[in-house]
Amino acid sequence: MKLGLVIDLDTCVGCNACAVACKQWNTSGTTGPLSDLEPYGKDPTGVWFNRIRNYEVGEYPDNKTVHFPMSCMHCEDAACVTVCPTGASYKREEDGIVLVDQDKCMGCNYCAWACPYGARELDREQGVMKKCTLCVDRIYDENLPEDERQPACVLTCPSHARYFGDFDDPNSEVSVISRERNGESLMPEMGYQPVNKYLPPRAKTKVQTYVNDTNPISKVKDWVNRLVTR
Amino acid sequence: MSATLPQFENHDQQEHKYTTCYMCACRCGIKVTLEGEEIRFIQGNKNHPINKGVLCAKGNAGIMKQNSPAKLTQPMMRKKGAERGQSDFEPVSWDVALDYLTERLAKIRKTDPKKLAFFTGRDQMQALTGFWATQFGTINWAAHGGFCSVNMAAGGLYTIGHAFWEFGDPDWEHTKYFMLWGVAEDHSSNPIKIGLEKIKRRGAKFVSINPVRTGYQAIADEWVPIKPGTDAMLALSMVHVLLKNDLFDWEFIVRYTNSPYLVLNTPGEAGDGMFYRDADDKPQAWDMEKECFVDANLADTKPALFGEYTTPEGKAVKTAFTAIAETYLSDDYAPENAAKITGVDAETIERMALEMAHVAFEETIEINCEWTDWAGRKHDKFIGRPVSMHAMRGIAAHSNGFQSCRAIHILQVLLGSVDVPGGHLAKPPFPRHVVPPIKPAKPQAAGEPLKSPPLGFPTSPEDLVIDDDGNPLRIDKAYSWEAPIANHGLMHMVITNAVNGDPYPIDTLILFMANMSWNSTMNTSNVRDMLCAKDANGDYKLPFLVVADAFHSEMTAFADLVLPDTTYLERYDTISILDRPISEPHAVCDAIRAPIVDTGRDVRSWQEVLVDLATRLDFPAFKNEDGSAKYKDYKDFIINYEKAPGMGFLAGWRGKDGDKSLRGEPNPKQWEAYVENECFFEYHLPPEHRYYRFANKGYLEFAKEAGFIGKDDPIVMELYSESLQKFRLAGQGLYDGPQPSNEFDKQRLREYFTPFPEYYKPLEQEQTSSEEYPFFAITQRPMMMYHSWDSQNAWLRQILAQNFMYMNRAKAESMGIADMSWIWLESKTGKIRVQVKLMEGVEENTLWTWNAIGKQKGAWGLKTDANEANDGFLLNHLINEHLPEKDGSRPITNSDPVTGQAAWYDLQVKVYPAQEGEVGTWPTFDAIKSLPNAKQSVDKLQYHTHEPVGLHRSLKDIIMRGDTKGSK
Repeated sequence: MKLGLVIDLDTCVGCNACAVACKQWNTSGTTGPLSDLEPYGKDPTGVWFNRIRNYEVGEYPDNKTVHFPMSCMHCEDAACVTVCPTGASYKREEDGIVLVDQDKCMGCNYCAWACPYGARELDREQGVMKKCTLCVDRIYDENLPEDERQPACVLTCPSHARYFGDFDDPNSEVSVISRERNGESLMPEMGYQPVNKYLPPRAKTKVQTYVNDTNPISKVKDWVNRLVTR
Repeated sequence: MSATLPQFENHDQQEHKYTTCYMCACRCGIKVTLEGEEIRFIQGNKNHPINKGVLCAKGNAGIMKQNSPAKLTQPMMRKKGAERGQSDFEPVSWDVALDYLTERLAKIRKTDPKKLAFFTGRDQMQALTGFWATQFGTINWAAHGGFCSVNMAAGGLYTIGHAFWEFGDPDWEHTKYFMLWGVAEDHSSNPIKIGLEKIKRRGAKFVSINPVRTGYQAIADEWVPIKPGTDAMLALSMVHVLLKNDLFDWEFIVRYTNSPYLVLNTPGEAGDGMFYRDADDKPQAWDMEKECFVDANLADTKPALFGEYTTPEGKAVKTAFTAIAETYLSDDYAPENAAKITGVDAETIERMALEMAHVAFEETIEINCEWTDWAGRKHDKFIGRPVSMHAMRGIAAHSNGFQSCRAIHILQVLLGSVDVPGGHLAKPPFPRHVVPPIKPAKPQAAGEPLKSPPLGFPTSPEDLVIDDDGNPLRIDKAYSWEAPIANHGLMHMVITNAVNGDPYPIDTLILFMANMSWNSTMNTSNVRDMLCAKDANGDYKLPFLVVADAFHSEMTAFADLVLPDTTYLERYDTISILDRPISEPHAVCDAIRAPIVDTGRDVRSWQEVLVDLATRLDFPAFKNEDGSAKYKDYKDFIINYEKAPGMGFLAGWRGKDGDKSLRGEPNPKQWEAYVENECFFEYHLPPEHRYYRFANKGYLEFAKEAGFIGKDDPIVMELYSESLQKFRLAGQGLYDGPQPSNEFDKQRLREYFTPFPEYYKPLEQEQTSSEEYPFFAITQRPMMMYHSWDSQNAWLRQILAQNFMYMNRAKAESMGIADMSWIWLESKTGKIRVQVKLMEGVEENTLWTWNAIGKQKGAWGLKTDANEANDGFLLNHLINEHLPEKDGSRPITNSDPVTGQAAWYDLQVKVYPAQEGEVGTWPTFDAIKSLPNAKQSVDKLQYHTHEPVGLHRSLKDIIMRGDTKGSK
């Protein structure tokens, strides 16, 4: 299996629901807690697995605002795993999820430097690296209702901009939608073969304008009343 | 679970409970997983009609709201001898607090009940608080709608009988063209996001009209950066284009609106602009077939839409639509002229109008379904014009917002897209008859309940709440000549008016969940001073202030009595159709909250306190004939109170056995039934009741039976408002009834109470030099914060803890203003120092910031070095609650002259760089002292409900697959 996410940039409004759902689930999840420093003070920071970047493209008035959620791409050739000196970082053989063994990690930060996607975060309180687990503690949990065995970010997304599934299955929703909508990998030129795909914005919808052959009305007297039954 | 994985969660130790979210006013259904006393996870309830399983950032951060150190913990009174505003409190018991308050309120009620002003913030229990005020006998009650979005509610209810957001929704399933007017990220939250995805998936066009491109506008197919406050001109210019091209839904307008009604055309005479009526007072139309005047509301007539006639009495009349078309056909509304005002070029205006016409008339949809119209005629399909719109605060928060909102509705009506497939759908209990037949209460003798709720819908000057000399009777001057149809009151004026004794001083002000010393007030610094102002005797001008809230906001410090509320996860509550409904277009819905966790503090829900106070104060509706208490508590009140026979706060599981919906006798097990059903109730309308409900016999009869409307007559949409015209006549001195004596009031009625909307410049802009103050300054609503509710939230503030002033990059650079520099923003009222960020997505003459991020030091459980208090800021300091004075005018509220809606977005400013070394936000305020027994704000958080069950990599795996390559 090759599990991963599809993120639809056509419908993401940058609301941060996915980021907070992720934080909420994972702070009590398999690599929790996700520490927060100065939560009520200056420059609050904490561990997040998923952050929304905001960009503008083009110049006024032809500008576009882009909301871009970023989390672990679960790369097929993950640099973070390659550089890990302790073997804590690994890519699961059975489903391709990249994880960090919290007991083996020494928090050296190599993986964070190696990852071009900014997906790894150091939990300063615990001295270990943390990252998106694709909610491995949800997706296989048979005690959860079947339709809830999804990453928290996918379950919560109000604009249905996130999909989860197996890219090895050509008929899975993620494979089909990536094919149909020309899903793209982020920075494939880096060579890490990221699994997650981004769906580019759809072509802008064009609407025809009504073409009127009649003479324009210029004053009320130009209208002839129509017989309409009330 | 997969054999190779451990059990991560011990489900045996977990339980699931359902309730209703309150991280904003969207009111989604949530499923809460508990682990012991702690909250493991809050997720959207997939069965819930509002959010269908999804949940926004705020909803997902509920754990941190529940864990906030800012939760109030116990009742408190200002210490004897301590100055107000210093936060010197001593804890008291609930008995002491409520005994004291009861004694004080009883005295007021017995002597002069209007000396109690009771104003509630962003609550959703106005049916209860309004009923309480009615029973107390004070006319001085309102919720926060006056500073929120009354213009949208009033604009809709005075035109189409429903409105945007709570009273209506786009038909997301069918619409092909969606136009979003102004900022709407706060209202509503999840339903709009769900809807936007649906229409994008279907390939419908999404057009966004907004000076700022963030949030929802980011994914619009077309962004139209408009100058703030000019939306009415844009809408009416599109109306101009439709009329010019003879592109409007002729049948729809003749059948369902008052456009064919005949209007007296007798300028300068009494009755001008009123409907021509027969001896039975029935408005008349001209029947083209019979060639005579007929009752305009009769079925099967053939009314003329255009025409001028002379009545048998010799009066000149013309159809309402003639008057409307004459105005909008004029060059004033031509795209070329509109372009100068709106900043939107003429071609774009024309194109958008013609695109919508194409979708409405060439891409019409039909839903096969038999239905019967109001006159008993059968139809075999619903015809849909799939153009829809949504608008909220961006329209509302201007002093021309009411008429702008009406202008948008008129555009919708011309396109025939109201309550039709693909158009703008009403949500039950709407539509209601235009105008809803409830009048605002007038004062009664002390000790007596009011005869109607304090808030209602005036339709003529007789309905104003003024004395014989024409002076306001309400403390906020709602329903006076200054704001005649102020249907939600003017909460933003209460403190100023009470302290100034204008129109009179009061004794006690109760504020529930309203931050009136900070982000919910205009002119913040000044209002804070007023709250502490004393008279010559050294007594506070506002003698007694009660603050009820769950959190330590900036308002608490000014209280004389603090009554601590519960959080949304700790209380019973109703989301009632008597109140602000959560219905969907095709389902009548309501909901409850049920406690998920214990409070662990000495707090009580405000609902419970109100029922207790009502009983202590002997309100007639709260006691039995023998004088004993009628309701034992809030839950008992909700079950047994009936507004009309069989109608109560909750519509589900009524009847003794819980088998009746909408109407039925009280069910003692009603709360339990809601809890069993995931805390919401949903009654689906049958397919034949889903569209054209204003004229749908089956639906109208159903709605009458359910108590939504008082009669099953068709609902006639009012493009032409005779109600407004009555006020205008009063301004012209031609009204046979109350008229203002002051020339200034007269002029406002003449100019702004046009019977159909005309564009006028926002009032502040009218009175401010655009050369001296060339920029508009507005706020936008971040999707991850709701007003001030969640800036204390430890997770959400990591996303947004400081607001910046955003400015068009090219414009700023041309003025020597650099990205991230500090600048001064100055209005006629004051100045603030703020940090600027440059961006592309903002109209050149507009500056904007996120709303309500700035905080006072020490509030909301934040430390004094928090970014919100040191770098964040409020725009409120620049906005005055009074308009700049004109020659001879008295201080007039900075509000819509029709509805009294606070004109937050009319602000005009000048901008200049701060001096070298001038950094940090200004003004700042002293830190608020911490409250007795306040929870410590921690330096770090490691929230979790159980020890993590880790996944371990085997040594074998490390050896065999040194890196990922082995896994391929």
